[in-house]
Amino acid sequence: MMKRTLIFCLIAGLAAGFLPAQTKTAKIIAIKGAKIIPVVGEDIENGTIVIRDGRIEALGREVAIPSGAEIVDAKGLTAYPGMIDSYCFLGLQEISGVNETVDNRETGRINPQVRALEALRYDSMHIPISRANGITAALVAPAGGLISGQSTLIKLDGWTEREMAVKISATMQIEFPAIRAGRGGFGGGAGRGGAAAFDAPRLIAELKDLFHKARMYQKAKDGAAKNPALPQPDFDETSEFLQPVLDGTLPVMISVHADRDIKAAIQFVREENLKAVFFGAEQGWKVAEDLKQANIPVIIGSTYEMPPVWDDGYDQIYRNPGLLSKAGVKIAFSSASASVAKDLPYHAAKAAAFGLDKKEALKAVTIYPAEIFGVSLVMGSLEKGKAADIVLTDGDILETRTNIKGVYINGKACDLSNKYTELLDKFKKRG
Amino acid sequence: MNKTLKIVFMSALILAIGARPALSAGNLLIKNGTILTVTKGVIVKGDILVLNGIIRQIGSNIAAPDGVKVIDASGKYVIPGIIDSHTHIALAGTNEGSEAITPEADVGAVINADDTAILTALSGGVTMVHTMHGSANPIGGPNVVLKMRWGKPSEDLLVPEALRTLKFALGENVKQSSRTIVPGGPPPRYPQTRMGTNAIIRREMLKAKAYMEEWDRYNKLKGSKTPPANLVPPRRDLRMEVLSDLLRGKMVARCHDYQATEALEFMELAKEFGFKVQCFEHAWEAYKIADELAAAKIGLSVFADSWAYKMEAAEGIAYMAGYCAKKGVLVSINSDSSERIRRLFNDAGKTMKYGGLSETEALSLVTINPAIQLGVDKIVGSLEVGKQGDIAVFNEHPMSAYARCDLTVIDGDVYFDRAQYLKEREDAAKQAQAPKKGGRP
Repeated sequence: MMKRTLIFCLIAGLAAGFLPAQTKTAKIIAIKGAKIIPVVGEDIENGTIVIRDGRIEALGREVAIPSGAEIVDAKGLTAYPGMIDSYCFLGLQEISGVNETVDNRETGRINPQVRALEALRYDSMHIPISRANGITAALVAPAGGLISGQSTLIKLDGWTEREMAVKISATMQIEFPAIRAGRGGFGGGAGRGGAAAFDAPRLIAELKDLFHKARMYQKAKDGAAKNPALPQPDFDETSEFLQPVLDGTLPVMISVHADRDIKAAIQFVREENLKAVFFGAEQGWKVAEDLKQANIPVIIGSTYEMPPVWDDGYDQIYRNPGLLSKAGVKIAFSSASASVAKDLPYHAAKAAAFGLDKKEALKAVTIYPAEIFGVSLVMGSLEKGKAADIVLTDGDILETRTNIKGVYINGKACDLSNKYTELLDKFKKRG
Repeated sequence: MNKTLKIVFMSALILAIGARPALSAGNLLIKNGTILTVTKGVIVKGDILVLNGIIRQIGSNIAAPDGVKVIDASGKYVIPGIIDSHTHIALAGTNEGSEAITPEADVGAVINADDTAILTALSGGVTMVHTMHGSANPIGGPNVVLKMRWGKPSEDLLVPEALRTLKFALGENVKQSSRTIVPGGPPPRYPQTRMGTNAIIRREMLKAKAYMEEWDRYNKLKGSKTPPANLVPPRRDLRMEVLSDLLRGKMVARCHDYQATEALEFMELAKEFGFKVQCFEHAWEAYKIADELAAAKIGLSVFADSWAYKMEAAEGIAYMAGYCAKKGVLVSINSDSSERIRRLFNDAGKTMKYGGLSETEALSLVTINPAIQLGVDKIVGSLEVGKQGDIAVFNEHPMSAYARCDLTVIDGDVYFDRAQYLKEREDAAKQAQAPKKGGRP
């Protein structure tokens, strides 16, 4: 299969008069003989997926292969939908310790105007590494302050950041002030670099005040538009960029961690009438019923962390996803990283080792994030009409020892080489 | 760490982990598990008997002698206790950054047996660590090898059989790249370049050689038939004493490095002065010089894939451990972290995808290989009769991403038991929910 892809790439490249790093989209591709795990619906043994113009045209056991289709023999392989990383810094951070390469934290505390996409380095060395591990889409988010800015949802393929964008603005990132003080890792404030705990009530009031001001601002603007006698309000950047949040077109992603803070954040969301998803929620299991009642999904942070509160148990980070899932809270996994964003599937597997149903773990890196980010009509599972974001593996996609044999994004066979393989190949030449 | 937190966490875990076997200590029979010996193949549905802390029998249908605790490991995987070749846990201090050369600063003097990171290690199947001096100095200090015997005093954690090791460091940390020079503040510490780093190590080695010669001359004269009447011994220098031990082969070097050039030049220094480099630490460019390392019999103690956190780690590739192992380099995967230490088995498993190692080869990176690096492979690192009873039991094959450590045993004593931990957590929760009797209104 790889050989075929390579030859195709060469021919397509020569025909176009240059050699692209990635292959051109074949109009029709038929992936034949794979075990298909659509994530939504039953698994299909020995099935076929027909891709036309980047979308899944048909899939199943008995599928007619259109004439002229490029046939990919996937016998012995398993086809999964591409995985979605629900919170990461891909493209915003190259070398975390070198400030010149880090663009995910703007200075100041109130930054609804900044957009991750506008700084996204599409040629980041980390993106092809994630892609080669079966991750085809990612929510790239700014962090820090109180309102960190707008995240973007991208596919991990494209020659420019705009080509990659699925949603230029996916969520507004808010780091919720931490009320609970002096208890383990939560004591310092809203996540890392957050505000001091004793400031929390003031900061929540500040947030509410900003939202109120933005509403009044819009009211004044609307009024002036209707009645020329009324004055326009003075331009206010924060109020301008909070409008999509207030009218419900842009969901907020609230970083919140301790149980009391989660409750306060739920109240905040209710009072402000926001469309919300939470990030982190390490003590979510303690208030799972509240989360379920509020119908707020949770993006799980990296499992490469110690429990923020020791007496929650040594395995608290690992079992929280399973407990939330059992309580009926929708969860999705994230890498919360750039350099090890490729490890997304292993966070899901770790949660499965500590109680999360394996099928739910898989859904939490595919269809659930698509649902949470409002793109489940076009991605997140292998279904007719959806984008052909497909990963071919030689085993369970969440397993470390599984090899990724092919990745398609929008029906395009992706180049699986990356900085790791390039350096390895270079030094293998020493013999 | 906050003392109260420590106590709270300890109280949560202590019952499970600190519970001494009710039966005689050091005696244990683990039955019906899949035994991954690492060095002697796999035994399906096997038993392993530990008596007085030593593995006495591995096989099938072993009967429990009287007074020996029996653990059923049906459906589980039994492996040698995991060994972390490079960490800084269980220490009350790691760096002495005020000077560049500090070989007298021995971490053995600051072992902290109360560090809850020991519990974290145990919860990930880790039974032994090489806990090290930090990387702030070109020549740091001596390191120690400890068993994770939680609840015992510091001196009982030490592994006397282990090689004596001395920490060296090269590159960005020792040239203090991340330090901001403040006007009017302390002047920059020499060295500030990789040139200076090599030069200062050479200078100290030359000094040590001269120091040794001085003592040799003194001892020779003192031992002669007619020692001079006014013979005065040389001044004792604690720094030079440590370096003398290194040059006499009584210690080996463990050297933190990143770039291939600095590693190769450190190897030249070692050749020049005749000391043994046991391992390079982190060594993110080691794949570029795998042949040189294999030829010089220098090991690697590295991350699986934690990279790109600073400039000199920008060319670290996840294939390195597997690639170098296949080239004949003795490789171990280390944690260098009190968090990562509990998922070393996950990191080892990554070398199957990146590097194409077999399950056994991958598992070796956190068991027998670090044991060899620490000079303790005769006593631990694999499951063999005669070795010490350091064992971990997993729910699935430890190289699977779905693996979870369920039991950790040191010298035949249970130090971590997840089943018991869960039971006690449940009991505690029930107790907390039960209506309180009496008390103040």
